[in-house]
Amino acid sequence: MDTSLLQLRSVTKSFGAVRALKGVSFDLLAGEVHALLGENGAGKSTLIKVITGAHQPDGGSIEINGERVAQLTPASAHKLGIACIYQQPALFLDLTVAENIGLRLEPASAIRKVDWPARQTRATELLKRIGAEISPDAEVRSLSMPEQQLVEIACALGAGARIVIMDEPTASLTQKEQHLLFAVVKDLRANGVGVIYISHRLEEIFQLADRVTVLRDGESVGTNKVGEMNEASLIKLMVGREVSAIYPPAENAQGEIVLSLKNISCAAGSVQDVNLDVRAGEILGLAGLVGAGRTELARVLFGITPADSGEILLNGQRVRISSPQEAVAHGIAYVPEDRRRHGVILEMPIAHNMTMAIHRRIFPGAWLRFGAEKHLALDFIRDLGVKAYGPEAPGSSLSGGNQQKVSLARWLATKPKLLILDEPTQGVDVGAKSEIHKIIRRLAKEGLAVLMISSDLPEVLGMSDRIVVMRGGTIAAMLPGKSDAHTVMTAALGQTK
Amino acid sequence: MKRHFRELSVAAALLIVLLALAVFAPAFYQPQPLLSLLTREAPTLVVACGMALIIIAREIDISVGSQFAVCSVCAGLLSANGWPLPLVFISSILLGGVMGALNGWLVAGLRLPSIVVTLATMVTLRQGLNMVRQGEFVNLPDGVQWFGLSQVAGQWALVIASFVLLALMAFATKHLAAGRFVYAVGTDAEASRLAGIRPQLVTFSTFVLIGALTGLAAMMNIVQSPQVQPASGSGLELKVIAAVVVGGVAISGGRGNLWGVFVGLLLLACIAPALTHLRIEAYWEKAIQGAIILLAVVADGLRSWKQKYNHR
Repeated sequence: MDTSLLQLRSVTKSFGAVRALKGVSFDLLAGEVHALLGENGAGKSTLIKVITGAHQPDGGSIEINGERVAQLTPASAHKLGIACIYQQPALFLDLTVAENIGLRLEPASAIRKVDWPARQTRATELLKRIGAEISPDAEVRSLSMPEQQLVEIACALGAGARIVIMDEPTASLTQKEQHLLFAVVKDLRANGVGVIYISHRLEEIFQLADRVTVLRDGESVGTNKVGEMNEASLIKLMVGREVSAIYPPAENAQGEIVLSLKNISCAAGSVQDVNLDVRAGEILGLAGLVGAGRTELARVLFGITPADSGEILLNGQRVRISSPQEAVAHGIAYVPEDRRRHGVILEMPIAHNMTMAIHRRIFPGAWLRFGAEKHLALDFIRDLGVKAYGPEAPGSSLSGGNQQKVSLARWLATKPKLLILDEPTQGVDVGAKSEIHKIIRRLAKEGLAVLMISSDLPEVLGMSDRIVVMRGGTIAAMLPGKSDAHTVMTAALGQTK
Repeated sequence: MKRHFRELSVAAALLIVLLALAVFAPAFYQPQPLLSLLTREAPTLVVACGMALIIIAREIDISVGSQFAVCSVCAGLLSANGWPLPLVFISSILLGGVMGALNGWLVAGLRLPSIVVTLATMVTLRQGLNMVRQGEFVNLPDGVQWFGLSQVAGQWALVIASFVLLALMAFATKHLAAGRFVYAVGTDAEASRLAGIRPQLVTFSTFVLIGALTGLAAMMNIVQSPQVQPASGSGLELKVIAAVVVGGVAISGGRGNLWGVFVGLLLLACIAPALTHLRIEAYWEKAIQGAIILLAVVADGLRSWKQKYNHR
């Protein structure tokens, strides 16, 4: 059992002046799940890329199966049985599952006859082995994100991978899909595969991992048995300081009803018959599995896919919202889920990003006023604690958490009455996460009505004044803020107690 | 400095060409041929301003040459029928705008890819014009050529008009909200939409704008000669797109500015006279222009590759 699959000794790697890895040692045993933990920028991605051969280390040594490897390239890593499953699966969307698996596993010569039945059989077998209910003939485009990840895992299995790296595999998974994935991981472990598991979600690490290595600022700050750690000690290792309270305390000073939905339905967004109230000063957590209609409801409220029927009341007045412009005019702000794609325009300076939704207000008469823009940007940078070298810094130069703050600033600039947040801390490191939580709580205290969609259950439980659970496009349960995880999950899964 | 590296490097290249000419062929700097060069390029510059915005908005319009020809012939016919020149100008701009609106509607309204749409309108407009006119020239009445002024005065008027237009457009793209919308849509249409911008409207408007500018450019061209050729404007789209790309506008949208386009256009336009003055065979012109375009595209490719690499 204790055979070492992988041994890294004092690996260093620099990019220009930035020392991404300052002598990291790491080992992986056969049949273990070794979690890799660290804030964004701690060096996890770089370490993974060294292991997969995508980056050549500047110093240190790599041993695989006890033998020293002089140079690791993506091709030789693949041959040595290293497979990496990224957060965003790298599959060919227009090909079928079987074709994708075939492309990975069959010999890469251009002139050969494809043995279609064999390709089909192998795909079916591999999918069955990991318990995935996916048809080998399905086009990958039609699969959900977790299904695509399962296809990646099938590829890794088929290639006979001994070292499997999983980079935040559950970031977009629902609880049920997570269980499926965990079962697959445990199965891999039982078969003697070593799994390197990266996640921001601490509870997963306790459920799944045998050992955990924490990286901080390009250095390993310790490898420990998971059983000897608890959440607080892990966080302490990651951030190098005690995070006293993860969630800011709730304040139950709730005001008028800001938003009221009556029998809202939208066929295009598969939202059915939703009734909901949101009050000024409250954070309403919207929980549910992926595909339960939470983002879809947000898109209805923001006029992206307008409602077919039902009533939307804002401050007691009936309104029709049929475009994002109208939503903004009514005082609704929507910070979208995928901030890299939809929240922040990465090429643009953050000042431009922040004024994007308020052109008409800040620039009357259509002429841009750079002074006013800079002023506003500086205010938000200070107010939200955005770490950037200035208002001119392009969005791409910021870390995930700071990008999210810029996205938030853009919408706060519209002076909304209702703020819809969709996965506000997805892929954000622990430190920035708690800062964003504090900001959200402060905004609510200032009288904003906040509707917060989150798949991060502890976040929903910790932040919300009330929790609404959605299932199948409609509301499955309304729960008070101090509910426990079990109640929420039961409602989301639709099990009767 | 770093932000405008692309524009500055094109400017440096132009400067080198101009310096080389100053040393080896000072004859290039005679005022009259220089003025003629700028006059010839004035219509191209006007279309290039529109094309820059189209490409920044991540679209393309290859039908400008055909639009140019249609506007030229129609404007010529109107003049021949005795319409006053200002009215002909306005008509040509409007006609261009209508053709642009057609492209814009097909691209933004029906969400068809602009390369296919404008390829279709390019061929249709050009062939339609050939069918109706059978290749006939239009003779312009007196008082149209050089606006009825002397040649030098007319040339100055055109050059100054094109510069003023360039300056206005450059100012507007930087200082008007609409200008920033074009950049935003070109970088990320979905993000813009979520920010309350209407990307379809922005795209539509840029097509209308390039159509109107093409109509104006057609007028700036026909006043330079006593006749309108029905084949005028063929190859214009390539010339204009080349200037835009050389001038540092990213073909992937969202980046570039009009001053760069101006410099790029000058650089490409200087090649032919430079060759003549340096007594190199004129056959080299297209090859050198091609090499410059290739260099520009490679530079952009390296840039985005480097960016990706730096992001790890």
